[in-house]
Amino acid sequence: MSVLEIRDLHVSVETEQGAKEILRGVTLTVRAGETHAIMGPNGSGKSTLAYSIAGHPKYTVTSGTVTLDGEDVLAMSVDERARAGLFLAMQYPVEIPGVTNSNFLRTAKTAIDGEAPKLRTWVKDVRSAMEGLKMDSSFAERNVNEGFSGGEKKRNEILQMELLKPRIAILDETDSGLDVDALKVVSEGVNRVLAGGEVGALLITHYTRILRYIQPDFVHVFVDGRIVEQGGPELADRLEAEGYDRFTTPATTGA
Amino acid sequence: MAASTDITAPPTAQHGFVAHSHGNAPGDPVPVQSRAGWLSSFDPADFPVPNGREENWRFTPLARLRGLHAGAEASGAPSAVTIDAADGVRTELVDRGDARLGKVGVPEDRAAAQAWASFTKALVVTVPAELDASAPTTVTVEGQGGLGYAHVLVVAEHHSRGIVVLDHRGSATVSANVEIDVADGADLTVVSIQDWADDAVHLSAQRAVVGRDAKLRHVVVSLGGDVVRISPTASFSGPGGEVELVGLYFADAGQHLEHRLFVDHAVPNCTSNVVYKGALQGESAHTVWIGDVLIRAAAEGTQTYELNRNLVLTDGARADSVPNLEIETGEIVGAGHASATGRFDDEQLFYLQARGITEAQARRLVVRGFFNELIQKIGVPQIEERLNAAIEAELERSMALVGAGA
Ligand SMILES: Nc1ncnc2c1ncn2[C@@H]1O[C@H](COP(=O)(O)OP(=O)(O)OP(=O)(O)O)[C@@H](O)[C@H]1O
Ligand SMILES: [Mg+2]
Repeated sequence: MSVLEIRDLHVSVETEQGAKEILRGVTLTVRAGETHAIMGPNGSGKSTLAYSIAGHPKYTVTSGTVTLDGEDVLAMSVDERARAGLFLAMQYPVEIPGVTNSNFLRTAKTAIDGEAPKLRTWVKDVRSAMEGLKMDSSFAERNVNEGFSGGEKKRNEILQMELLKPRIAILDETDSGLDVDALKVVSEGVNRVLAGGEVGALLITHYTRILRYIQPDFVHVFVDGRIVEQGGPELADRLEAEGYDRFTTPATTGA
Repeated sequence: MAASTDITAPPTAQHGFVAHSHGNAPGDPVPVQSRAGWLSSFDPADFPVPNGREENWRFTPLARLRGLHAGAEASGAPSAVTIDAADGVRTELVDRGDARLGKVGVPEDRAAAQAWASFTKALVVTVPAELDASAPTTVTVEGQGGLGYAHVLVVAEHHSRGIVVLDHRGSATVSANVEIDVADGADLTVVSIQDWADDAVHLSAQRAVVGRDAKLRHVVVSLGGDVVRISPTASFSGPGGEVELVGLYFADAGQHLEHRLFVDHAVPNCTSNVVYKGALQGESAHTVWIGDVLIRAAAEGTQTYELNRNLVLTDGARADSVPNLEIETGEIVGAGHASATGRFDDEQLFYLQARGITEAQARRLVVRGFFNELIQKIGVPQIEERLNAAIEAELERSMALVGAGA
C-alpha cells in the first residue's frame, strides 16, 4: 500500500524581483485508499504544490522532503516520478501538435509498465474507458488536447489516469470548466479509479461541488502557501457556507 | 511557442484575409522593392559579383561558397550520376546546344547565370504525354569532391503523371539550374533531396512553369551539407494551375540551409500553397526561409497561402523567416501567410514526462509530430520512409547534444 509523505515543504519560483516563496511549510500524508481534498482561494499555492510533487522545472524546492513509500521523490526526474506511481491531472493540460492521443496513450502506458501493453486488451481498455467518460472515439485519433474544449481536456486527463493506473493521483481543479453533466461523468471516472481502495488521491479544488460526487476522507484548508486547518468532510460544508475569509485574516499570513 | 533572443525572426507574423494589400493599392506602380523587378539574365557578367549586402545574398555566407558566385572554374572529380527511371520515362544526357534548354525562366542571380554559362552536359527527364508513371524516377547525384556546374530539365508532357527525385549525396561544390516544365493537364511531383556530406556546397535555382489545369508538387528536403541554398520559383502559363511547394529541413551545428521561394501569379485562377518546416540544433546552425508571392494585376481569382515554421531545439541556433506577399489586384479568392519560429516547448516536454515518458522519447514525439503533417503531404511512400529515417538519425544527434548539456 502506497504512502506519499510531504514534510515541511518550502517551494519558490524565480521572478524578476528574485526568488519568491510560494509554499511555506506544507506537511501532509496521503495513503492508498484515502481521498484528501485541498481547498483554498486563488493564488494560495495549490497548483504549486501539485506541480512541485510532479517535478515541474519552474518550481524550486528550497527545503523539506517528499517521499513515496520511503523513496525520495525530489531526487527523481519528472518521468521517474510518474513511473514510480505519481499522476498529476493538470489544471491546464498541454496541447501536443502532431501527436495523436492514441499514440501518446500507448507510449505512456509502455513507459509506465516497462513493456508494451497487449494490443487486443489495450484497444478494448481504451475504448471502454473512453465510453465511460462519454468521449467520442474520434478523440483517439485527434492530436493530444489540440482544439479540445476545457471540459474535453479534463476528460482526457481522467482517461489517462484510468489507463495508467497510478498509486497516488493528484487532481488539480479537475472540476473547473465542467458543466453539471460533465462533472458527474468525470467524477464517476475518478471514483472507478479510487474504488479498489489501492489509490490515494489529492483532490485540489476551489469549490465544494466536486466533493458531492467524490467523498473526501480529509479536507485541508490551504491559505497563503500552507495548510491552516484540517478536518473531515464536514469542513468542506463549512467552507461552502462561510468562505475563506475566516482564514485570510492577517493572523494567518504572518511569517 | 515562446520567442527568445537568439531567434531573429519575429515570433509570429500572421495574416489571413481576402484581397489584402501590403501598402500598394491595385493599379499602383510596382514598388521599388517589388519581386517583379529583379534582374534576370543568362550572362553572369550582367550580375556584379555579390558582396553580401544585396537583398538576395544578405543571409548567405559567401566566404563558404568556394567562388561559385564569383566565377570559379570547374575542377576535380565530377559527381557520379545514376538514374533509375520509371517505365516509359525517358532520360537523356544532351549537349548544351539542345534547343529544349533554357526555356523555363531566366537565372536571377550570378551563381545561377554562372551555372548556365558553365555546364557541359544537361540531363533531360521526360514524362511522355498521357503516361501515368506512378513509380518515381530517381536521379542520384553522388559527389566525388570536385567543383562543378549542372543543368537538369524535367518535362511532364501534357496530361502525364510522374514523380522525379533528385537525390544529392557525397561531397561536392556545385551550382545548378533545374528547369521544370509542366505542360497542360500534367501532374508532376519533383523532389530534391540534399543529403550531402558535411562539407558540400550546393546552390540550386529550380524554376517551374505550370500549364493550364496542370499541377506541380515540388518538395525540398535539406538535411546535409555545409551550405545549401535552394531557390524554387514557380509561374503559370495557363489558368487553373496548381502549385504546392513543400519543404523540410533539419540544420545541425554550423550548417547553413537556405530556401528562397518565389511564386509568380500572372495568370487568373491559379492556386499556390507553400509549407516549409525546419528544425535546428547545435551551435551556429542557421536556416533562412524567404517566401515571396506576387499576385499581378492580371491574376484574378488567385488563391495562395504560405506557411513557414521553425523549431529551435537548442541554444545557439538561428532561424530567419521572411514571408512577403505583394498583391496588385483585389479580385482574388484568398491570400495569406504565416511564419512562426519557436523554441522547443518545455511545457510539452513536462506534460509527456509527467506521463512516464523519458525526455529523449518525449523530444522525439514532439519533433516527429512537428514534421508529421508535412511528411504526409509528400505522397511518395519511399520518400516518406526515407524522411522518417532521416529525422530519426537527426534526433539521435539531438539526444547526444542534450545529453552533453549543450
Ligand atoms: N513566475 C511567477 N512570478 C510571480 N509569481 C508567481 C509566479 N508563478 C506563480 N506565482 C504566484 O504563486 C502563487 C501561487 O500560484 P498557484 O498557481 O499555485 O495558485 P493556486 O492556488 O493554484 O491558484 P488558482 O486557484 O487560481 O489555481 C500565485 O500568487 C501566483 O501569482
Ligand atoms: Mg491552480
